[in-house]
Amino acid sequence: MTASPVPTSDLHAYVDGELPAARHAEVATWLDEHPEERLRVESWRKQKDDLRRLFDPVLDEPLPDRLTALASELPPARAKPWSIFSARSPRFLQRLAAGLAIAFVSGASGWLAHDLYHPPVHLAQLSQFPRQAAIAHAVFSPDIRRPVEISAEHEDQLITWLSKRLGAPIRAPRLAKLGYELIGGRLLPGDNGPVAQFMYQDASGERLTLYVGTENTNNRDTAFRFAQEGAVNVFYWIDGKFGYAISAGVPKDALARVATAVYEQFQHE
Amino acid sequence: MDSLAILAVLPRLRRYARALVGNREAADDLVQDTLERAWTRLSQWQAGSDLRAWLFSIMHNLRIDQMRRPAPPMASFEDEAIDLPVRATQSDRIEVSDLGAALAALPEEQRAVVLLVAIEDMSYAEVAATLDIPLGTVMSRLARGRERLRQILENRVPPVQLKIVR
Repeated sequence: MTASPVPTSDLHAYVDGELPAARHAEVATWLDEHPEERLRVESWRKQKDDLRRLFDPVLDEPLPDRLTALASELPPARAKPWSIFSARSPRFLQRLAAGLAIAFVSGASGWLAHDLYHPPVHLAQLSQFPRQAAIAHAVFSPDIRRPVEISAEHEDQLITWLSKRLGAPIRAPRLAKLGYELIGGRLLPGDNGPVAQFMYQDASGERLTLYVGTENTNNRDTAFRFAQEGAVNVFYWIDGKFGYAISAGVPKDALARVATAVYEQFQHE
Repeated sequence: MDSLAILAVLPRLRRYARALVGNREAADDLVQDTLERAWTRLSQWQAGSDLRAWLFSIMHNLRIDQMRRPAPPMASFEDEAIDLPVRATQSDRIEVSDLGAALAALPEEQRAVVLLVAIEDMSYAEVAATLDIPLGTVMSRLARGRERLRQILENRVPPVQLKIVR
């Protein structure tokens, strides 16, 4: 009745209950007529049982404390990505809220959903642009006395000067809603000419920098990309002829909100 | 993702990690890394979806990352005591330890598929989704892994494939 040979893949599927009922019955009949194949199939079945018997005792072992602790929350010492939410209410709920907030932001701007949470790529693998932004951030942002060349008091002059040097009109985005005020900016050398750096600061003194270059000679527009260089997180993207990079030592999700705000402001010009 | 749900999956994560990695400490390290990464990627988890599948995928990706990284100086795997749980029965114990050693001799990509099907009782489709590989790859790794295990346990060198012609 069952003359045609049964492929090995079907024999495995037979053992694992993956075959439709009719085919299962067919294979069973075929195995009755092929005792050596039946032995093989039985040995796989036994192997499966043995593996379960071998490792099932792990299920009954007491759980190590370090793991049960992690079931309820990320320990504070390793809670870096979420540390922006201080311990005002149970940390778990805050984290949940943060997750939802990010999901909402991602949903609201569809292009973000795809690329925002790609795994961080080490900067060395990418263009020099985000790396230079991170370095410029690391060099200038800790400076107490002279973080910028032209301060925000003279924002008009700063914008005129930087626009002229970059050869295209640029402006400093408003980030006050996110708690960041412009301190000022400076001109820096980039690979393809002058680059502008705007520096912002929040009430706690945390600084972030926006690095804007006219670096886009070959590249097309990109969605957000994320990179990190040491303690500095960077979101960057290319839009038209400008390349933008937002750098700060703040957690990725907080930085993502800033990047979103900057992107949207430049979109609505 | 809530604590109770994680606690419920935790023993299974440990069981699979132990089977995959062999060594108890290293396996629990892997589970710890998995949970930490899960917390930082909470936004990617869709409420109501299968938490077990999500955590197993994270563990799998971590494992890939680990294996891509150059290995730190350490004792070779063969020298390391493989910390396997053992059943009480003396006669079974020998047999079962053999199985653990044979398992360790499998390439990890085959070991993962064999274990997910055997101890996690996943369907081929679930394995494919968890490991992010095509269904056909699941089936070929499963077939090769099982045959290899069988051969090791029967203490045979891989035989030349002879076709019986009737």
